[in-house]
Amino acid sequence: MAKDKVRSQKGAHGIGGLKYDPSKRTRPQELNVFMALILIVVIFEALGWMVIGDSFLFNTRENVDGIFNVRRLRIIILQVSIIGIIAIGVTQVIILGGIDLSSGSIVGATAMIAMSFAQVAEVNGQPNPKGMFLEQGWVDLPVLVPVAIGLGCGVLAGFINGFFVAVTKIPPFIATLGMMVAARGVAKWWSKGQPISFPTDSYATIGSGMTPVVLFALLAILFYLIMKYTVYGKHTYAIGSNEDAARMSGIKVDRHKIIVYTIAGSLASLAAIVLSSKNLTAQAGMGIMYELDAIAMAVIGGISLSGGRGSIVGTVIGALIFGVIISGFTFLRLDAYYQEIFKGGIIVGAVVLDQWRQQRAART
Amino acid sequence: MLGEVILRTEGLTKHYGGVHALEDADFEIRKGEHVAIMGDNGAGKSTFVRQITAVEQKTRGTIWFDGREVNFAGPLDAREAGIETVFQTLALADDLDVPDNLFLGREKVLFKLGKFSILDYRGMREATEEGLRKTAVKIPNLNNSIRNMSGGQRQCVAIARTATFRSKLTIMDEPTAALGVQETEQVENIIRTLKEAGEPLILISHNMRQVFDLVDRIIVFRRGRMVADLNKEETDGQDVVAYITGAKTQPQFADKAA
Repeated sequence: MAKDKVRSQKGAHGIGGLKYDPSKRTRPQELNVFMALILIVVIFEALGWMVIGDSFLFNTRENVDGIFNVRRLRIIILQVSIIGIIAIGVTQVIILGGIDLSSGSIVGATAMIAMSFAQVAEVNGQPNPKGMFLEQGWVDLPVLVPVAIGLGCGVLAGFINGFFVAVTKIPPFIATLGMMVAARGVAKWWSKGQPISFPTDSYATIGSGMTPVVLFALLAILFYLIMKYTVYGKHTYAIGSNEDAARMSGIKVDRHKIIVYTIAGSLASLAAIVLSSKNLTAQAGMGIMYELDAIAMAVIGGISLSGGRGSIVGTVIGALIFGVIISGFTFLRLDAYYQEIFKGGIIVGAVVLDQWRQQRAART
Repeated sequence: MLGEVILRTEGLTKHYGGVHALEDADFEIRKGEHVAIMGDNGAGKSTFVRQITAVEQKTRGTIWFDGREVNFAGPLDAREAGIETVFQTLALADDLDVPDNLFLGREKVLFKLGKFSILDYRGMREATEEGLRKTAVKIPNLNNSIRNMSGGQRQCVAIARTATFRSKLTIMDEPTAALGVQETEQVENIIRTLKEAGEPLILISHNMRQVFDLVDRIIVFRRGRMVADLNKEETDGQDVVAYITGAKTQPQFADKAA
């Protein structure tokens, strides 16, 4: 306390004698979100004991060692990690002041296209029954081929999103809505609605075990650092905060938007590769509603839909909250229907909270 | 005391479709000189500034800056050449802090990697502190985001940009229009600091007292044209008002401003 006092006296007088009070510094948003996460876990823990007489967080089985219910925790992070990868990209788009509704469809299209280049030639001695390119001989290809093609799909889709947003100036909502419909169309057209299965072993390892979690964690750290410590991140925040100011400061706003949307598209396609590898199959309906889940993770994590504010850390915590809620509903043996209704409520609630926060900030 | 001409325009013109917002402006300012531009709303003051700083592209005319003819492609060009502008809208990013805003679009980096260059936070902070010292701007907490600052503080941040980058010419578009008495005083003190440092300034203002307090020369615009070029010593408030309202026009501008 004494230290604070000294500091506030030293630089006390601002413009017009305004004083700065370090103790009234705004708390980082991420901390609020983190406390919400803890609160939700506590609620589920309490509900667990009340409703079904079991612990949500802690291990209660006698034949298993450990304090925590590790299996549940693993499922939670595994469940959110693939959509979490998408959410990292969506977060950047939202901070930029945009929105991306196309990620779920990009997942569908990419999964189909990538998987069709990842198939084995023979299954149990017979030619691959689902093989799309058996005649062309594009089977048993090195894993790099489907991965590169898949990422290429995401880069292309993201670039098109960014191009329409930046160059034609149509609202991002419309541009990415168009991509959402079109990319889903590509996913269905690619194999005329047939699922694509039997990937090579090397492709199948990409999404196996806890690899999705590791990828999610690495990407989260990478983009956290990029958003915080590079020119790219600074410009993304600046454009989302005040696009005109960014333009007047000489930032090439249009080019930057294209880059951000392209990165978001690439991350969606990476999620598609991991997902199709994990499931060992790709279907045209893959990733439906993922865009909304990803947006929800970001919004729950305190990313302001009006742009300029929030961080990847917030999104990661938002993703965990998301996972805890889904897992908690399953744990309480509630139907999936309730989950979705509740999920809708949380998304709206989080945005209402953000509005309210902004109004309060504007008043003070 | 005044040095050579730092900025000169000849026949500077801007049409927005059929609207002649600025017509044949011939203007010059010397090193160390502070010039005010006055005029009613819509007289062409801000339009004039937007052509010089290349926020908009001029319809025709020539601009010389620092001894050579210039054709800036955009505001960053103008800024790199040494014209620093405090826009009416301030052009600040609300969610960023003071150093971030000062260096927006020209960040200091530790090593270059294109868009992914690593920011030199410490360098930017130190340069910011020095710039603030030079302009005698006091901002209690540099890490505060602009959103949480008062109008006066925001204005000072915008002005401090000029000092941080040793600009050759500063332009301020109504810097005190939205400020209270104390905050206005603070901004005026900064302008005096610039004057002492010999930095030339173009000041757009409606405030007659302020203009007579601060500048050497007053230019009056009316309906997109320059109608007067007055030395402060040879004029007074009433005289300037007469030019602004159209009661008077200086003979050398009469044929153009008919």
